[in-house]
Amino acid sequence: MTTELLTTPGTDAAPGGRIRGLRCRNCARQERLGPSYVCAACFGPLEVDYDYDALDGVLTRERIEARRPGIWRYLELLPAEEQPLRGLAVGSTPLVDATRLGPEIGIERLWLKDDTRNPTLSFKDRAVAIAAARAAEWKLPALACASTGNLAGATAAAAAAIGLPAYVVIPADLEPAKVDHALAYGASVIPVTGTYDDVNRLCLEIADETGWGFVNVNLRPFYAEGSKTLAFEVAEDLGWRLPDVIVAPIASGALYTKLAKGIGELVRLGLVEPKSVRFVGGQAAGCAPVATAYAAGVDEIAPVRVPDTIVRSLAIGSPADGRYALEQARASGGSIEAVSDLDAAEAIRRVAATEGIHPETAGGVTLAAAAQARAAGVIGPDDEVVVLLTGNGLKTPDASSFGLATRRAERGGPGLADPIAPDLDAFLSWLGA
Amino acid sequence: MSTVRIPPTLRPATNGAKTVDVAGATVGEVLVALVAAHPSIEASVLGADGSLNRFVNVFVNGTDVRHLEELATPVGPADTVLLLPAMAGG
Repeated sequence: MTTELLTTPGTDAAPGGRIRGLRCRNCARQERLGPSYVCAACFGPLEVDYDYDALDGVLTRERIEARRPGIWRYLELLPAEEQPLRGLAVGSTPLVDATRLGPEIGIERLWLKDDTRNPTLSFKDRAVAIAAARAAEWKLPALACASTGNLAGATAAAAAAIGLPAYVVIPADLEPAKVDHALAYGASVIPVTGTYDDVNRLCLEIADETGWGFVNVNLRPFYAEGSKTLAFEVAEDLGWRLPDVIVAPIASGALYTKLAKGIGELVRLGLVEPKSVRFVGGQAAGCAPVATAYAAGVDEIAPVRVPDTIVRSLAIGSPADGRYALEQARASGGSIEAVSDLDAAEAIRRVAATEGIHPETAGGVTLAAAAQARAAGVIGPDDEVVVLLTGNGLKTPDASSFGLATRRAERGGPGLADPIAPDLDAFLSWLGA
Repeated sequence: MSTVRIPPTLRPATNGAKTVDVAGATVGEVLVALVAAHPSIEASVLGADGSLNRFVNVFVNGTDVRHLEELATPVGPADTVLLLPAMAGG
């Protein structure tokens, strides 16, 4: 075990510390800091409770800018006492000025947050980094997760880096590239014959039974906070200001809601000027419980029993934070868009062809959601818009050709050419020269 | 009698028991009987109007009752009712 490589176990309970403990989001009941996630009184979700007053004047732009790249430059707003000595190099991914793509979808001021580039090629590394730090600090026996795919690799890699065994539980129909990715880091991968929601239910029980650190179960209050770093980086890269609109995918709704929380913290600490940011969410039409409730104008989210979409990374039929995401979309003046598989696939091809970034299916959903929100008037022509691309297209290799009749190249055109002889004339003949 | 599996958060109310056998022909009846036997569970499981707490998911033999007949879902002696926090994931 390598827990001694991590710093200051036990100091999180120090009086006057910036992390006061856990607090129920529903009833505000306080709980001790630890690997727990559910309020003993009302069953509501627990969140980390920070003492923001203790950070006034402490966390400044200058202090952040003086630090090395990566998520830990925002340490004071993350639920770990100190930056762990062991861990992957996560965060500080590029914010790309999408001047070729933007005009194509009617958004002249379009930025792409390119989180295809994290250590395991998705934004999940941000969340897992925090959970892994706590798992090591609390000497939990293993790191584990219920995964729709991206989390599998992120958990497996983070566990490897801190010397813990990894147990990754997935729906059995997951994309092979994501399975292989987790296996590469030496994880135990357990396919379950069922949906992600079946996997999730099972993992709630396994977590109780084993005491393992499930990043998105009993470590979820810590894990979920990692997604705030996307908002922090966007604001910092824009020169410490906020965009008009952020477009994010919605699976459980945790990322989407944590973006708003992160922005609220930046405003609270005076790191950015207050501004009303609209949050547009994207779901796959084949598993869109939150978008459906949004469109119907209701508060209740009817779970989807059997998702039917190529966008497996968003295929959560019973989203834990769906209700909070719904409230946020409405309160901010944003929207939640349901995107067809075909539109998602076309969006992947479009961003790849115009900006040189190849996102996985969830990135196709967010980009298509931005285009839909623009067409619906939720996004105006002069708005500054940030679209999150949360995972890498290498994980969903079939998606980029989904819906195409053929990938075959016409003479001289894009696509896969028929094999030619190693002969210049053969090439020139194919080129049509 | 159906078997109700109790999550760790609620076990103080059942003196630590992981499972409790409860009578009832439907999920709703089982939950009412469970609360009658272990009153301190009530605030966690049922709202004032008798509806299910939105932070609790109830499964019968592994299937979410929202995909069945909700609280009217019939249960028999061979069935297992599972209470879990409505969260995690993502």
